[in-house]
Amino acid sequence: MNQIKRIISKNAVPILFAIVCLLGVYYAQMPGQFLFMEIIKRMARNSFLVLSLIIPVVAGMGLNFGIVLGALAGQIALILSTHWEWSGIGGLGLTALLATPMAVLFGVLAGMVLNKAKGREMITGMVMGFFANGVYQFIFLFLVGTVIPFDNAALRISTSPGLRNTVNLSRLRGVLDNIWTVQYGFTKIPIVTFLVIALLAIAIWAFFKTKLGQDFRAVGQDRHIAGVAGIQTDRNRILAIVFSTVLAAWGQIIFLQNIGTLNTYNSHEQVGTFAIAALLIGGASVTKATIGQALMGTFLFHLLFVVSPSAGQAIFGSAQVGEYFRVFVAYGIIAISLALHAWRSKSLAKASMEEDVSA
Amino acid sequence: MKERLTKIYHGFGLPRLIISAFLLALIVVAAGTELSVAGLLSDALVRIGQNGIYVLAMVPSIQVGAGLNFGLPVGVIAGMVGVLVAMENSLLGFGGFLVALLVAIPLGIIAGYLYSLLLNRVAGQEMMVGTYVGFSIVAGMCIFWLMAPFTNPALIWPVGGQGLRVTLTLADTFGGTLNNFLKFEIFGLTVPTGLLLFYAFFAFLLWLFLRSKPGVAMEVVGRNPRFAVASGLNINAYRSVGIVLSTVLAAIGYVVYAQSFGFAQLYNGPLMTAFPAVAGVLIGGASTREAKVLHAIIGVVLFQTLLTVAMPVTNQLIEGNISEIARVIVSNGMILYALTRVTGGEQA
Repeated sequence: MNQIKRIISKNAVPILFAIVCLLGVYYAQMPGQFLFMEIIKRMARNSFLVLSLIIPVVAGMGLNFGIVLGALAGQIALILSTHWEWSGIGGLGLTALLATPMAVLFGVLAGMVLNKAKGREMITGMVMGFFANGVYQFIFLFLVGTVIPFDNAALRISTSPGLRNTVNLSRLRGVLDNIWTVQYGFTKIPIVTFLVIALLAIAIWAFFKTKLGQDFRAVGQDRHIAGVAGIQTDRNRILAIVFSTVLAAWGQIIFLQNIGTLNTYNSHEQVGTFAIAALLIGGASVTKATIGQALMGTFLFHLLFVVSPSAGQAIFGSAQVGEYFRVFVAYGIIAISLALHAWRSKSLAKASMEEDVSA
Repeated sequence: MKERLTKIYHGFGLPRLIISAFLLALIVVAAGTELSVAGLLSDALVRIGQNGIYVLAMVPSIQVGAGLNFGLPVGVIAGMVGVLVAMENSLLGFGGFLVALLVAIPLGIIAGYLYSLLLNRVAGQEMMVGTYVGFSIVAGMCIFWLMAPFTNPALIWPVGGQGLRVTLTLADTFGGTLNNFLKFEIFGLTVPTGLLLFYAFFAFLLWLFLRSKPGVAMEVVGRNPRFAVASGLNINAYRSVGIVLSTVLAAIGYVVYAQSFGFAQLYNGPLMTAFPAVAGVLIGGASTREAKVLHAIIGVVLFQTLLTVAMPVTNQLIEGNISEIARVIVSNGMILYALTRVTGGEQA
């Protein structure tokens, strides 16, 4: 009995969301086949991005709102690969390869900035994402076609500067998903994409068994003690952000090859918010995140995303309500998690302060 | 003389000198094109008055130690309800403006007090928590705008009889009431006297309050909480006062903004209101731990003039609309700079 209680209280957030999702599924009255198809599609699209958040959490840097930078690196690589007309799975691999050095560079820069803002990494990461978005828009909306010569009818309208609002990724569309699919009802299950996700999950699990992974964990638990123990904390923090940024770049490429079109100026905007909300719904917190939580959270969050318009229609007579509700959930869950985390760490700090006084 | 100049230089600060020099250069360039400099400056005056109170709202929150108030939408929403109540009843002119304020202020006090209860429990992480509380409230209110019991046909969708429209015009109610009050023209420059007077009045009130006994106590709580406890000050009570003040200013700020802008944008309209205001006070010379009314005034004047003048001037020189992107880069760059400066304790 006590054990059941413990399991429930440890997993309160995912259980609560599972109940909300079940209610949503019940009211939405969607055909099971359709629901299954949507969930498989969205899990294949988003899991990689959500997994990219785990390493910085373990390294004590909180939720990496700066994965937007990685997504930008992925998109820049996709723009270039469209320009050079790369195609097929080889083209996708090359694109990922091209994105990697950019993501490493962005990650190093981001890590250096975050080292100057210890204790407020999350807000700094978020503002950094907005800032990088501004620079990205400046480059691709202004410099391209004016300062940077770039003539390609697929990417630009020659009469005005800047890239088109949407870029068709027809040469890369679905190249990873369609290598090997298994048909189940209407649903084509993209086996290879799920294999890639599984590979990443195993790689992250194995990584935390290595010396470097253990160092990250030590830095995450207590920066000062880790420093005294001879771990280069600042360097490790930068590395953690580099890993996360590179994974986010690949994640964004997988996401966009599934969708097949790049919204040049807003595909990346919500990447951070939605991935973080998914991770938190899985039961993760600012200081603790596991692979299981990431996958569980992705499943629940996207289930909620699929059913909420129809559920809103059924319950409130308006699909719009459901759509606003899911955005509210995304923001709300982040707000609640952040508040709970700050609340707990404050009472811990207070307790230790009182101990100091009484000692 | 030289000493006085260096003193002015240190007081004003290098970033502000650079921005002022850049602004002057822009204005000189504007004079060389067919743009009307007086027209540009008139627009700038309107934007300064329109955004000024939002930037003022940052001051009490920083002074009380809660950092930059990224939760500004909490107050903005109170202001929106005020404006909507006035519009629902088709109140015109000053009557509408006053009713909007009378509804917005108490709502702002209640919302600000609840918000302060939360922030007091998350001391040290106010900025991050505040950002997402602001986002959540905007998203949650989207549902409210759809279901709210407003019936005035000017406000709701023509089909279905429920749900507020995305953009409402204030032209037939109290749009421009304050801007047109005692408005006059000098050398082609239009001065929105009422708007600027109203802003100046609130800046003065805030300045006065920060010099009063509770104002000074607030500052002590923000600067040195341990000393404040030792002096017998109730930290949480003063923090609440600062945050409520900030939220109420945001609510008033929205009413002023809406009447000057002429439109009320509901739903996701207020999502990012905090960011230009935060950038404004930082450009004026504030840090995450110290802000004066003067910083808010200098900041809003420089930032809004820059945005107003930069757009048409750059449009003359290069193609496309660069002002939105410039706003994003300048404001977020400024916030990033402030967050990465060494500020003693750890605070988010």
